[in-house]
Amino acid sequence: MQRLQFMLARVLQGLVAIVLIATVNFMLVRAAPGDPVSVLAGEAGASDAQFVAQLRTQFGLDQPITTQLATYLGKVVRLDLGFSYRQQQPVLKLILDRLPATLLLTGSAFALSLLFGVTLGALSARRAGTWVDSSITVVALIFYATPLYWLALMAVLVFTVQFDWLPGFGFSTVGSGLTGVALAWDIAQHLVLPALTLALFYMAVYARMTRAAMLDVAQMDFVKTARAKGVKPGRILRAHVLRNALLPVVTLAGIQAGGMIGGAVLTETVFAWPGIGRLMFDALLQRDYSLLLGSFLVTAAMAVLFNLITDFVYTLVDPRIELT
Amino acid sequence: MKSPFWRRFTRNKGAVAGMAVLLLVVVVALLGPWIATNDPWGMVQQPFLHPWTEPGFALGTDTLGRDILSGMIYGARISLLIGAVSTVVALLIGITLGAIAGYFGGLVDSALMRFTEIFQAVPSFALAIVLVAIFQPSVGSIVTAIAIVSWPPVARLVRSEFLTLRQRDFVQAALLAGQSTPRIILTQILPNAMSPIIVMASLMVATAILLESSLSFLGLGDPNQMSWGYMVGSARTVLRQAWWMALFPGLAIVLTVLALNLVGEGLSDGLNTRLDGRTK
Amino acid sequence: MSVNSTQPVLAIVDLSISLPAGADRARAVERASLSVRPGQTLCVVGESGSGKSMIANAVMGLLPRPHVAPVNGQILFEGTDLLTLTEAQMRELRGRRIGMVFQEPMTALNPVMRIGEQIGEVFDAHVNVPAAEKRRRILAALADVGLPEPELLIDSYPFRLSGGQRQRVMIACALVLEPVLLICDEPTTALDVTTQAQILRLIRELQQRRGTAVLFITHDFGVVSEIADHVVVMQTGQVVEAGPARHVLDAPQHPYTRKLIAAIPHGQAQRATPADETLRVLQVQDLCKTYRSGNGLFKRGRSTQAAKDISFELKRGETLGLVGESGSGKSSVGRCLVGLAPFDSGRILFKGRNLSQGAAFRKEAAGKIQMVFQDPYASLNPRHRVGAAIAGGPIAQGVGKAEAMARAVELLKLVGLGADAAERYPHEFSGGQRQRIAIARALAMQPELLVADEPVSALDVSVQAQVLALFAQVREQFQLAMVFITHDLRVAGQMCDHIAVMQRGELVEYGATQQVLRDPQHAYTRQLIAAVPRLTQPPQHDPTMAVA
Repeated sequence: MQRLQFMLARVLQGLVAIVLIATVNFMLVRAAPGDPVSVLAGEAGASDAQFVAQLRTQFGLDQPITTQLATYLGKVVRLDLGFSYRQQQPVLKLILDRLPATLLLTGSAFALSLLFGVTLGALSARRAGTWVDSSITVVALIFYATPLYWLALMAVLVFTVQFDWLPGFGFSTVGSGLTGVALAWDIAQHLVLPALTLALFYMAVYARMTRAAMLDVAQMDFVKTARAKGVKPGRILRAHVLRNALLPVVTLAGIQAGGMIGGAVLTETVFAWPGIGRLMFDALLQRDYSLLLGSFLVTAAMAVLFNLITDFVYTLVDPRIELT
Repeated sequence: MKSPFWRRFTRNKGAVAGMAVLLLVVVVALLGPWIATNDPWGMVQQPFLHPWTEPGFALGTDTLGRDILSGMIYGARISLLIGAVSTVVALLIGITLGAIAGYFGGLVDSALMRFTEIFQAVPSFALAIVLVAIFQPSVGSIVTAIAIVSWPPVARLVRSEFLTLRQRDFVQAALLAGQSTPRIILTQILPNAMSPIIVMASLMVATAILLESSLSFLGLGDPNQMSWGYMVGSARTVLRQAWWMALFPGLAIVLTVLALNLVGEGLSDGLNTRLDGRTK
Repeated sequence: MSVNSTQPVLAIVDLSISLPAGADRARAVERASLSVRPGQTLCVVGESGSGKSMIANAVMGLLPRPHVAPVNGQILFEGTDLLTLTEAQMRELRGRRIGMVFQEPMTALNPVMRIGEQIGEVFDAHVNVPAAEKRRRILAALADVGLPEPELLIDSYPFRLSGGQRQRVMIACALVLEPVLLICDEPTTALDVTTQAQILRLIRELQQRRGTAVLFITHDFGVVSEIADHVVVMQTGQVVEAGPARHVLDAPQHPYTRKLIAAIPHGQAQRATPADETLRVLQVQDLCKTYRSGNGLFKRGRSTQAAKDISFELKRGETLGLVGESGSGKSSVGRCLVGLAPFDSGRILFKGRNLSQGAAFRKEAAGKIQMVFQDPYASLNPRHRVGAAIAGGPIAQGVGKAEAMARAVELLKLVGLGADAAERYPHEFSGGQRQRIAIARALAMQPELLVADEPVSALDVSVQAQVLALFAQVREQFQLAMVFITHDLRVAGQMCDHIAVMQRGELVEYGATQQVLRDPQHAYTRQLIAAVPRLTQPPQHDPTMAVA
């Protein structure tokens, strides 16, 4: 029951956050240099006088600001995120087309980074002070310092250009007409490089955090109690140290989720992965602000959702959560 | 140099190496215009020149015949400048809000924390993109955008430090002595919270440099500044033929950010804080 | 209490334990020897830094090697030298033949693991028992240590339990496989006096039933007299005295032992009744304070009443003792008295003036009400020099800097530290010295009412006596009215003219010290008096608290 109350409160917070972000979108359009209508119309649409006039009435740009805000928020609630003149499609449709690809990418990267990050971090903590620890730490430090887009480019350079082991562009082999399992396999091959690249940075983050948390927990009194009971080291590591060390890692994962979605922009751009990130990049190039802001809102909503999921996982992992 | 801080710092070999690299980058950045042999924007040689084939162009030239080495030297200036300034602004915002939330507690704290949480819920890079795109790319808008997405972690750290320190008996004693609130915040609490803030600051500069380069890569950099991210970005489409155009600027970023991270760890050891920021 | 003497279960011979380079001495323990027989309790007594905990850790093999390690001697457990065993062999013994209970119950249990599983681990590590029987034995172990509703407890998490209950769980874990030796490392230091009495009783019962040998580490001689058959006294790593408990307590040979025993507060008032004063410095009338916590968007919070209709008075030169255990509300009342915490209803009159709330309270009091805090390590700003810390108060009240610093130096001399202390930082001083600095800081404001919140609880026994003497001296010199908050009835008996006993927010007894201690009216007061570990044997209802 407590958990339900906690989650309800968090969901409510999330919704409020999304509404506030939409309001920020609204204010950004107004604050941008130039006429708000031309911002909404985008570079391409601003030249079409009829389109501009249409927008003016749709958004009620001649009305008081509060009415404008209400109109805008009303549209957002009904999932009307505007129209992209350049691409001649509603923003929502463009986004929904790309959403599965981004979910696939960020989902796999998230899982990969957590799995390998925690494992490597635990290994590092277990063998603290040895060459295993040092090498994992050095590698983690390097990946932590590497810009995502550069790592992506180098990966393409090595694996696609140089050795041709893995495809470096797109979602699947164009024009191949594959279906079913063969298609899935093809997509999987295309997924490897982008997912790994996106995951590597966060893998480093989780590895460092896991290591630090485990070393911290190993100093705590209850670990000493477990040793005094004669419990075997393997069990102490798993049931006492790791179990407790995972708590801050889960919290961190929630915080990093937003970063990962942002990182998807860079990864998708380099690998020409047809997701929302790529869409944002195109919108940037084309100065299509409606599309840009709409994509931003959706990515923010995704981040909020990821946060909710990690919050929920945290309540499963920490029995004390009812007390917050 | 023999103070306990330096002793602990220098015990961390990585931190010492990082410090050395960082100093090198700073010197290069400061002496930039006098070291660089060419104007970074000047198209002075044939394009697509391989590195180490022509004297004076050690790292080759890019798609328009510009000297890559000079570009990198100027890039150092802009990266460090933006990294440092945006961090300072983020610190100012974060420390102020965090101190107020942590000191006063109650409703003020709840309100500020909700505010901070919303900022943290948004994917920071996406927000930075939107901000710079809307306000047109320039050093000013980039610094502002990075500061806006970077202040929440500082605020959280400062808030948690203040919340703990506020309850300490020496602060209670200061209250009993009749010291004024600003005095207590500035002279009693803040000096004890500085260590984790300093460590976090060094890591923030690293993140700021990564952010700036990512923005430049996407074409959102200041069009008048040659930055490392821009150089990698312009090399993206010619990766097959000209691997060196993307490699060297990227390496520069990796080395600088790595150096900053190592120095941050050294500071953490030296100041006796834990890596997550709280004082040991 | 003693059973037939046979071979000792544990015999430590000439044990030395080294410390890492840079520590304040080379050896934590120097050539220590002791032995424990089945069914007997040996207490190792010493102050902090005496090395007593090191011995306990060494027996269990839990020293933080490689820096801290045994370098000499033997630890013979049932004839085998534990120092020659491998880690795997030690693991076999731990929990099965030797059990250990630690000091801090609040952090000794894994917060994310159920109680039943934590006890079950001991089985899993040593014996092969089918699940049903394991559960039965865990329930029996929980019942054995006096925990209520074992069926519910077995599936609960530690955060639901109090300190005393968690300590019982620890004891259950340590004793569930019926080891022959139980090592207790200050298991009751972090507990309330009544809980302490219960835990000591529990350990004694279990020992008598099973014939376990007990090695009990403590700093409290009162505990020694309650449970020990034999005593070993340690000072800076060396054994200075050893022998049967009654001999050591009644006729201590070594000067250090004598000093420790003499330093224990005896509960006898040491001063004449102060001159008849009519000035009431402090009047508290029907003070009420409630804490509300956990109010969220979707749930109602808990409210605890920390103070309910508290009323008392204090005249100039008098000392009131506010006595209670943790959760009694005494600290909350203390904070209300100095204006650091708001109160919900009632009045506080200082020299006849009704003080309003919060920051206004402190302003009106103009620094004339001061506090000395419990934790000497947290009450001084680590970044400020001592002199500046003391002068800070007067400066904030408008006194000139030079004059304030002069006053600071004078006060430092008064409390027994030299004038050069003013230029040093807090970390250069010991706990007792820091408490003196805290007293100087409070005196710098020239207060008329001083509230001391457990000022000696965190100090070693010998240092306690000195600081209490300082309080008495300062009180005489400045004719201070004092409110002395403590959980230790002996301290209250020694320092205070009147005693007010608090239980769960209510004032259950209030009267002159001798009256309250000789002839307590309320059941709780009687319980408190009975729970105080005495130096006289056997423990009985002793009408006076003085040592014979």
